[in-house]
Amino acid sequence: MSDAPLIEVKDLGVRLNTSHGPAQAVRGVSFALRRGETLGLVGESGCGKSVTALALMGLLPDSAVISGSIRLDGAELVGLPDTAYCRLRGNRISMIFQEPMTALNPMHTIGHQVAEPLLRHTGVSAAEARHEAIALLDRVGLPDAAKRVDAYPHQFSGGQRQRITIAMALACQPDVLIADEPTTALDVTIQGQILDLIASLVEERGMSMILISHDLGVIAENVERMMVMYGGTVVESGETNAVFTRMGHPYTQGLFRARPRLGARKGTRLKTIAGTVPELADLPAGCTFADRCTIAEARCRAALPAVVDVGAAHGVRCIRTDVSMDAGGVGA
Amino acid sequence: MSVFFLRRILTLVATLVAASLIIFLVLDALPGNAAQMLMGADASPDAVHALTVKLGLDQPLTVRYLLWLKGMAVGDLGNSYVYGTPVAGLIAERLVLTIPLAIMSMLITVVLALAAGIYTAANHNKLGDVGVMSLTQVGIALPNFWFAILLILLFSVKLQLLSAGGFAGWDDGIWTGIRSLLLPAISLAVVQAAILARVTRSAMLEVLREDFVRTARAKGLGKREVLWRHVLRNAMIPVMTVMGLQFANLLAGTIVIENVFYLPGLGRLIFQSIANRDLIVVRNCVMLLAAMVVIVNFVVDVLYAFIDPRIKVSNL
Amino acid sequence: MSAPLTAPAGTAAIPPGARPVTGFWRRALRHRSFVLGAVLSLFVLGAALLSLVWTPWSAYDIDVASKLHPPSAAHWLGTDVLGRDIVSLLLVGARSTIMVGVIAVGIGLSFGVGLGLVAAARKGWTEELIMRMSDFTFAFPAVLSAIMLAAVAGPGMVTSITAIGIFQIPTFVRVTRGSANAIWAREFVLAARAAGKGSFRITIEHVLPNILSILIVQATIQFALAILAEAALSYLGLGTQPPQPSWGRMLNDAQTLLFQSPMLAVYPGAAIAIAVLGLNLLGDGLRDLLDPRLARER
Ligand SMILES: Nc1ncnc2c1ncn2[C@@H]1O[C@H](COP(=O)(O)OP(=O)(O)OP(=O)(O)O)[C@@H](O)[C@H]1O
Ligand code: SF4
Ligand SMILES: [Mg+2]
Repeated sequence: MSDAPLIEVKDLGVRLNTSHGPAQAVRGVSFALRRGETLGLVGESGCGKSVTALALMGLLPDSAVISGSIRLDGAELVGLPDTAYCRLRGNRISMIFQEPMTALNPMHTIGHQVAEPLLRHTGVSAAEARHEAIALLDRVGLPDAAKRVDAYPHQFSGGQRQRITIAMALACQPDVLIADEPTTALDVTIQGQILDLIASLVEERGMSMILISHDLGVIAENVERMMVMYGGTVVESGETNAVFTRMGHPYTQGLFRARPRLGARKGTRLKTIAGTVPELADLPAGCTFADRCTIAEARCRAALPAVVDVGAAHGVRCIRTDVSMDAGGVGA
Repeated sequence: MSVFFLRRILTLVATLVAASLIIFLVLDALPGNAAQMLMGADASPDAVHALTVKLGLDQPLTVRYLLWLKGMAVGDLGNSYVYGTPVAGLIAERLVLTIPLAIMSMLITVVLALAAGIYTAANHNKLGDVGVMSLTQVGIALPNFWFAILLILLFSVKLQLLSAGGFAGWDDGIWTGIRSLLLPAISLAVVQAAILARVTRSAMLEVLREDFVRTARAKGLGKREVLWRHVLRNAMIPVMTVMGLQFANLLAGTIVIENVFYLPGLGRLIFQSIANRDLIVVRNCVMLLAAMVVIVNFVVDVLYAFIDPRIKVSNL
Repeated sequence: MSAPLTAPAGTAAIPPGARPVTGFWRRALRHRSFVLGAVLSLFVLGAALLSLVWTPWSAYDIDVASKLHPPSAAHWLGTDVLGRDIVSLLLVGARSTIMVGVIAVGIGLSFGVGLGLVAAARKGWTEELIMRMSDFTFAFPAVLSAIMLAAVAGPGMVTSITAIGIFQIPTFVRVTRGSANAIWAREFVLAARAAGKGSFRITIEHVLPNILSILIVQATIQFALAILAEAALSYLGLGTQPPQPSWGRMLNDAQTLLFQSPMLAVYPGAAIAIAVLGLNLLGDGLRDLLDPRLARER
């Protein structure tokens, strides 16, 4: 593992056109990811996880305004023309989506869909691509891959379809895999299997992974480092262990208290904290969590709080960490 | 052949029989005496009776209906009341014009509509989209026969490029024939294409919002590739349904357009026969047109199975 | 494409009964295709109404001496081959067109909506039968029915109205059944059934009022189709008969004179196109305004 980051995101901001006018969906997101590292992204629905992921993929709508910098192996991706981005997508960065039922084209065979990135990015022949697709489908644990390669998506279950999308994402041996809630739509009994599959593939191929989830249990068990997002900002980031043992942000603490039991990986959805996630268009100025924070003060609303280091590579975006880490620690 | 396929065929046959029954009832049961009508009010009763017997009109309705059905099954449609020649031959002569005309205008319709639909969907909400959509809005409002007259005004009266009507036949080569059908086919097609283009566009936009489009983009496919490889085929299902329904309009349209361009096709034959009180010809022509509509829509249904893997062909 | 919807502040405070009306007109006047469609449609309707009380000349008096006059102060758009004033013919033609359209759509609406409501309320084989019958009717475009009727009963306004009316029925059946089925699945209908209301009462009290706006939109668009069909039938000589002026008939007359007086073939067609365009735009606008859910795609 080299020291130079594979992906380096600096001060990423995304402005989207919503039905209520333009809104800042993501701001001030920074992180670096080295080859082989895994990073978790956790937060309530609507906090900007998918928007962040899509920004990395260059798949936001044309009307989105992206600021800051995203570097892959030192090369800037923000502002990259679509044709150049197309050469990266599915090749060096891949993505698995939340909804396996709709993520596959109902009109094409699964073999064709898995082979498509190979045909697009590598010089292989159609026959080789098909052969490779069968091997991939076999690897992701699709039973009878060789026989079912010419079947259509509707002939598979949700879990099987997610395996197919994983095969598709891995086809070109990408450097980075972004998994956006890969198990949320699946049956509880299948979720563990799919996460184990992803974990073993990441390990086996030395990929970096960004795993998005709103399930703290999933994050705890699958990634080395994590970021907690709220209202489009990263409110806390650090080593997974450090964040779980010394959570510094009132929001992280709230999340933790709201979940049923640590270690119960399966089906641990987040219960929300008192109050609701603010509409993007009317996020409070200053700390985005101020409206729901029990220890908020007037100065919290003045400006977006800076990141405070509370430990080795453990940052918290809060100006009252002294209070929060004292009173609201794990024990509370 | 599966049970489902059999059922569809049975429905098709039942529909055709129902259509024949209605046509027969309207054209042969309602009017008084066809022979009287043919000979005029002041013909002698003996002469009328003789003609009635000669035409087989003295037989009971059910017998005549069944004879007609049997005749259609074996291709013998009886003889024209007026010319005495076989109806099948009269119709066949005219189909040589009407079928190529219908096919040409359907082809032009599909090409224009898909081009406009795909272009506007790919440029959604941009200037080109708004412009083409406004044009289709106007296109839908044009009566096709008026558009035909405008084309005649432009190409025949002003520019003198094409003849204002008539049909050169196929004897002087295919191109001469196609040339004389060009304006009629275009005038039929443009209005239909306007409708189909709008359907295509909204079907494509609908598909463009689907998740698998994003998946395809995430694989590294460009916007155009996604449009052609992933969106188009999915969007074809509603487009084909409308195309099937439009075929009915198109056939009705040929009747009108043949009259604009004085083309000796099926439409003209029907009008001459109405004028001549040649009801047996009218009956068979109407049946033929209705049957074409029903059969085309059946074919569209079957085609779904080939386009959409979710409907298994074996289950049809 | 639709105008921005800036809801006035405090909309929620206005009682629900009052809001749709004021909100409707406020939005309607900003909706481009609605306004354009309404203007064009009212223009044609106005012409038809005007013809009842006034035309520049009589539309029926033949004056061969002044035939084929070019436009002038006396005859704004000139005269036809029988010396009749074109403007007067167009005005009276609007009346024929609207009359045929209204009656034909009326036929389609009453039979189609009735059958559609029955299909949705009864389900089972009743629904199956009605839907099969309406599919079947699609095999007979208005021109085909008109030909059959004309062959036995002779051409004329009644023939064209009947043919167009029959052709309108299946569309209304489909639209009605589709939207009525959606209403039948809603909770307030379940509640009404639980309260013991019969299907007839539910249809009248709950289903019909809720699909009314969809029907209005559809009727507007069908009206446009009826005008096109009427014009085609009159052009073919199957519809409105002389001396009653009609736009389609005028086009037929003009076609023989294309080389002498090409403009005679332009006016009536433009009149038809304006009427149809107006109604289509009005229908699109109404769809946006009355049922935003349906409108997303346009
Ligand atoms: N294309 C878009 N146009 C406008 N707003 C958008 C768009 N995509 C996302 N948003 C808005 O941006 C915000 C963040 O959305 P995002 O999808 O990133 O949430 P998320 O964290 O992934 O939530 P979930 O857990 O539900 O997937 C939401 O308020 C959403 O409504
Ligand atoms: S900055 Fe203030 S409002 Fe925001 S989390 Fe910290 S204490 Fe709460
Ligand atoms: Mg998401």
